[in-house]
Amino acid sequence: MSHKLFRLFSLVMIAVLLLTACAPAATQTQQPAASEPTQPPAAEPTKPPAQEPTKPPAAEKKVVINWWHISTAEEHKALWQTFADEYMAAHPNVDIQITVLENEAFKSKMTTVMQSGTPPDIFQSWGGGVMIEYAKAGLLRDITPELDANGGEWRNTFSPGALGVYAFEGRNYGVPWDMGMVGFWYNKALFAQAGIEKPPATWTELLDAVKKLKAAGITPIALGAGDKWPAMFWWAYLAVRLGGKDAFEAAYSRQGSFTDAPFVEAGKKLLELIALEPFQDGYLGATYGDQATLMGNGKAAMELMGQWAPAVQKDNSADKQGIGDNLGWFPFPMVEGGKGDPDDAFGGGNGFAIGKNAPPEAIDFVKYLTSVDCQVRLAKINVALPVVKGGEAGVSDPLLLMVQQGAAKAKYFQLYYDQALPPAVGSVVNDSVQGLFAGTLTPEEVAQAIEDSAAQELK
Amino acid sequence: MGVSMNRNGEGALPFRSTARSQHTLTVVLFLLPTFVLFIVFVVYPVLQSFYYSMFNWKGFGPAVDFVGLDNFKRILTDKAFMKAVGNTLNIVVLSLFIQLPLSLGLALMVGRDLPGKRFFRTIFFVPYVFSEVITAIMWMGLFNPDPDRGLINALIVLMGGKPQPWLGSPQMVMGCIFVVLTWKYFGFHMLLYMAGLQNIPREIEEAALIDGCSTGQMISYVTLPLLWGTIRTSIYLSVLGALQQFGLIWVMTKGGPVNASEVMSTYMYRYSFIRFWLGYGSAVAIVILLISLAFSIAYLRLVRQQDYLGGVS
Repeated sequence: MSHKLFRLFSLVMIAVLLLTACAPAATQTQQPAASEPTQPPAAEPTKPPAQEPTKPPAAEKKVVINWWHISTAEEHKALWQTFADEYMAAHPNVDIQITVLENEAFKSKMTTVMQSGTPPDIFQSWGGGVMIEYAKAGLLRDITPELDANGGEWRNTFSPGALGVYAFEGRNYGVPWDMGMVGFWYNKALFAQAGIEKPPATWTELLDAVKKLKAAGITPIALGAGDKWPAMFWWAYLAVRLGGKDAFEAAYSRQGSFTDAPFVEAGKKLLELIALEPFQDGYLGATYGDQATLMGNGKAAMELMGQWAPAVQKDNSADKQGIGDNLGWFPFPMVEGGKGDPDDAFGGGNGFAIGKNAPPEAIDFVKYLTSVDCQVRLAKINVALPVVKGGEAGVSDPLLLMVQQGAAKAKYFQLYYDQALPPAVGSVVNDSVQGLFAGTLTPEEVAQAIEDSAAQELK
Repeated sequence: MGVSMNRNGEGALPFRSTARSQHTLTVVLFLLPTFVLFIVFVVYPVLQSFYYSMFNWKGFGPAVDFVGLDNFKRILTDKAFMKAVGNTLNIVVLSLFIQLPLSLGLALMVGRDLPGKRFFRTIFFVPYVFSEVITAIMWMGLFNPDPDRGLINALIVLMGGKPQPWLGSPQMVMGCIFVVLTWKYFGFHMLLYMAGLQNIPREIEEAALIDGCSTGQMISYVTLPLLWGTIRTSIYLSVLGALQQFGLIWVMTKGGPVNASEVMSTYMYRYSFIRFWLGYGSAVAIVILLISLAFSIAYLRLVRQQDYLGGVS
C-alpha cells in the first residue's frame, strides 16, 4: 500500500517537474512569433489594464525602445538621458529604456545578445567590419528607406563620408553621431619643461621629442597596451603614413597582401620607438583607463588617441578637471619616405545601429538624436564632433575644431583597422601588434599573422 | 522504457521479485527528472559543441562550412594553446604544492587551540565570499604599476625599492595571478580541512600524546592519515577549479600580455567571442572537456577508489 502511495506521489512530482521545466521554453518560442507582426514583445506587459478605459480610443499603443550606449562620462550620459526625456515628453506612447555600458563590457555583451539573435533596438556601433557581420546575419534593420524618404531629406543632413561607414553594399544599417580622427594629445607644460619648442612634424622629430622628454625625467607616452586597441593605433597609423590608401585597399581587396612592404615597415618604425622605452612602467598590462588617468593627472607627456580623449582624461583625473589649458593637439607626423599623404586621417567615430526588431519609433528617435539641434548641444559639451551639417556651430573647443578640420581636410579617411576589418582579422591585428610591443613577435611575423587571418576571412 | 515498467508492475511475478522491481521502479522514477534535466542541459550542449567543432562557423545563422577535424589539428599545433595548457598545468601544480599545504597548515592552527581562532577563521574565509570579478578588480588596483595608485608598488617605493610592472610583465604576470588565486581560495580549502578535523575524535590524538608522541608526530601519524579523505576531496576540487579558471584571469589580464597568462578557458573565450570563430571555440571546449574528463576518471580510479576498499576514513 505504502509503495503504491509512494509511486503515485513520485509520479505527481515528476509530472510537476517536467511541466515546470517545459513551460518557460514553450512560452519563449511562442512569444516572438505572436508579437512580431504588431508590436515589440515588451509592449503588452507594460500596459496596465486598469488604465485602458480612461484613455481615448485613438490612443497609440505603448512602444518600448531599448537603447544601449557606452557614453559613461557624466555630462554625456546626462545629455543622452535629456534627449530621451524630451522625445518621450513629445511622444507619450514611447518608453525609451536606456542601458549604459562600459566599452569593454558592451562588446562582450553584444556578442552574446547577437548570437542569441536579440539585438537591442538602438545600440552603439562603429560601423565597418563588425557591423557588416551583423548585417550579413540579418540582425540589423535596413534604414535606407527612411534615409531616402522625402527625397533623401534625412540622408542629406549628414556628411557623406561619415554616413558611408555605416553602409554595406549601399544599404545603411545605422547612422553616425560623431566622426573624428586619432591624433596626439600632449601636455604643453611638460613639452616646454623638456625644451621642445614645437610639436613634432616628422617621425624623426617625434623620436627626438621622446628622447628629450626621457632626458628630462618625464614619461613621454601614456599607453594602455593591455586593452590592445590603443597600441594598435600606433602600428596602423604608421601603416597609413607608409602605404596610404593604395596599400590598405590592395590588401583588403586581396589584390595585395598584408605582408607588403608598408605593413612590415610600420612594425620596424614602431620598434624604433619601442626601443626608446617611452611608455609608463607596466604599460603592457595597463588599460585605456590607466592611460587616460596618466594624461589627466599630468604624469605623461602625450597619448595617441581619438577625439574623445579630453573628456575621458577629465573623467579619470583626480580633480575631474584634467590638465585644462595645458592640453594641446597635433596630427600624426609624416613619416619620411612614406607613400601616404601627410593629411590622410586614421580614425572613426561613433554611431547607432538599429536592431532587426526595432519599431519605427526607434528610427524616428534616432532621427531626433541626429537633428542639428541635438548635434549642436552634443558638440557644446565637447564629447562629439558633429556629422550633421550645421552641427559644427556647437564646437567651441579650439582643439576639437583642429581635430574636426583635420578630419575634413583628409583626402583619404581610414577607419580603425579593428573596425574596418572583419572581427577575426581585427582581433589578430590587435593581438599581434601587442606581441610587437612585448618583443615576442618581429615586424615580419606580425604582418604574416595578419595576412594569414585575412587570407582566410576576406574571400 | 514505459513498456518495461508496466510489465514489471504486473502481479504475475512472485511476490519478492515484485517488491524488488517496485523498488527499482521507484529508483528509476526518482532519477528520471534529474536525468531529463541532465540530458537537456549537459549532454545535449556537449553533443552540440561537438557538432559545431567540425565546422568553420561564425555563430550567426546555420553552420554550413564543414571542415572535419581541421579545427582540432589547428588547436594542437597552435603555440598559444600549448602556452595556455602549460599555464593551466602550472596553476594546477602550484595549487597542489603551495595552496593546499598552506590551507592545511592554517586549518591545523585555527581549527584547534590558537587564541583568537574564531577571529582568524572569519578573516581567512572572507576572500572566498567575494566574487571573482570583485577580487580581480581589487587586486588590479593593488598591482597598479604607478606607485601613486598601486598599494604594492607604493610600499616597495616606501621601503626604498624599485616599482615593478606586475601584471604588465610577461614574466611576472602568472606569479601575480597565482598569488590572487591563492588569496581567494585558501579559505575555502581551510574550511574543508577544518570540517574534516572536527570529525577526528579528540581522544585518539590525546591517546597518542599520552603514549609519548610529540605534537609533530601526532600530526603526521594520527591527524593527517585520519584527514586523508578530506584531503583527497580538496585535491580533486582544487584541480578542477584550476582547470576551469576563467573569470579572475579574464578580468585582470585578458590572458595577456601576449598570451603570457593565457589559460585554456581564456583561449576558448578569445576565439569564440572576440574572433567570432564559434566552430573553433567549440573544438577548444571539447579539448578542455576531454582533458578535465581524463583527469576526473583517472583520479577517481587511482585515488578515490580507496574509499570503497576500506580506507582509514
